[in-house]
Amino acid sequence: MRLNWQLYMLLALPLSFFIIFRYGSMYGVIIAFKEYNIFQGVMKSPWSGLDTFRQIFAMDNFWNSLKNTFLLNFLDLIVSFPAPILLALNLNELRLSLFKRFAQTVLYLPHFISWVIIGGIVYQVFATNNGFLNEMLGALGIGPIPFLTNPGTWLITYLLVGVWQSAGWGTIIYLAAITSINPELYEAAAMDGATRIRRMWNITLPGIAPTIILMLIIKVGDIVQIGFDRPYVLGNASVGDTSRVLSTFVYQLGMTSGQFSMAAAVGLFQSVVGLVFLFGANALARRWTGRGIF
Amino acid sequence: MNLNDQSVAAQATIRVFMIIAIFLCLAPFVHIFALSLSSNSAILSGKVSLLPVDFNLSAYKQVLGDASMIRSLLYSIVLTVSYTLFALLMTIAAAFPLSKDKLKGRKQMMVLIIVTMFFSGGPIPEYMLVKELGLTNTMWSLILPILINPFFLMIMITFFRAIPTALLEASEMDGAGHLRSLLQIVLPMSLPVLATIGLFYAVGRWNGFMDSLYYITDPKQFPIQLKLYQIVQNSMTNDTTITEGTQYIKILPESIKSASIMLATAPILLVYPWLQRYFIAGSQVGAVKE
Repeated sequence: MRLNWQLYMLLALPLSFFIIFRYGSMYGVIIAFKEYNIFQGVMKSPWSGLDTFRQIFAMDNFWNSLKNTFLLNFLDLIVSFPAPILLALNLNELRLSLFKRFAQTVLYLPHFISWVIIGGIVYQVFATNNGFLNEMLGALGIGPIPFLTNPGTWLITYLLVGVWQSAGWGTIIYLAAITSINPELYEAAAMDGATRIRRMWNITLPGIAPTIILMLIIKVGDIVQIGFDRPYVLGNASVGDTSRVLSTFVYQLGMTSGQFSMAAAVGLFQSVVGLVFLFGANALARRWTGRGIF
Repeated sequence: MNLNDQSVAAQATIRVFMIIAIFLCLAPFVHIFALSLSSNSAILSGKVSLLPVDFNLSAYKQVLGDASMIRSLLYSIVLTVSYTLFALLMTIAAAFPLSKDKLKGRKQMMVLIIVTMFFSGGPIPEYMLVKELGLTNTMWSLILPILINPFFLMIMITFFRAIPTALLEASEMDGAGHLRSLLQIVLPMSLPVLATIGLFYAVGRWNGFMDSLYYITDPKQFPIQLKLYQIVQNSMTNDTTITEGTQYIKILPESIKSASIMLATAPILLVYPWLQRYFIAGSQVGAVKE
């Protein structure tokens, strides 16, 4: 127990960080129940009970952003979820280790590129006039297709860019799961004359099934959570009713319109619904896989 | 024999599939790189695909001659280096004591931290806190609110706990304090995990955008992502002029936009191949979030 003061001294700054910044901002949530006024500050602004929530529940844009959050996340789940599994199965079958390493290096790269940069690239590649993709399609006599300005096609662009960004990095967890499959299973299957495809289907896929189920549950638990950067950077005025999600709506309401109380209320709503989904998903995971997410 | 043929065919199919995947991954970068090195007339006539047409460096000369761009690049470099340093130091300072079972109050402190992994005030209360502390439009607003990532902290605690206590007790027997055993034993043994977490902090800070959009309004303090966002936005407001401060800047040619994108990506592209093993190591240490 000697010299424990050194340990507490080390903890002083980190704990202050958590208390000031993490808990301090939780305290600020009370403005969702107040009529926030810049001049009076958080403390002195008058209480307004649940009025703010009544106001946001009466806003069309709130319901629109909630619907879009679910819609984009749900479609993302359908489109983006299988991609890393497919890639991992194929990566695992590559026999040339140099080629495999090169493929992994390249496929992981998009994960490390910021959404602002991806947005910049997307606006060049998918542009209706002069965009790379439309030039290529034009050469085949197709288009031009308004990838970024029509709600339907924008949605497809949004989803495809998501696959591009996340599929490679997503393979890591599945590749790790594959390495834990007993190699004797493959040897036995080879003896029985099973083809590569059959081994993939009958051994590898069932071997990683628990991981797949766990990842799926985690994604479902996160269905109300949506990053800010991707919809904000890829969105634009012509697809506003499709690209508006909770995170961008909070920004617009708070920072552009100055409705701090309402924006904080939307944020709080999202946090609480998010927690419900997270704990629900955790209970599901316990039930189906025998272990929770956390 | 038949089986062997099948296997060769399967291997070929898989390779073709992977080559297509690799091409799709890289093509956008190659295209933007080609645009950045081409003349505007070639770009507007749609001649540029994956190779530069009318090769020239004028876009880079113009971008690097733009003081606001250089300022944003430098600002982001200083920000990323300072943030990574502070964040790593603070994460170590928290992880080391919390890795000791005997520490009184350890459990309560862990609960205090874990709660923040599930619930946060949200962006607006965070903005108001940063504003009331007078941090808006300072570099501190992009450092302090995200000083310790609790997920990385948990990874580091797990790593520290795996260090045999016998090693630490031996050094403490010699009369050395906790600080000495941290500096002389724990840290030298933890270099891989420190490198991994440091890299994730650095990449996250370099790529971070949302907090600067909330907290920074002074163009002199724009990190590179915010600056780049402004440039990208420009492509959606064609044929107009945009005011930036007192300066009027004309609509930016595609080659300039592409060169700016390449410059903002360059640090990641340069560092990435060498440090990739740390990235992957990190993702396997635990569930690394973003």
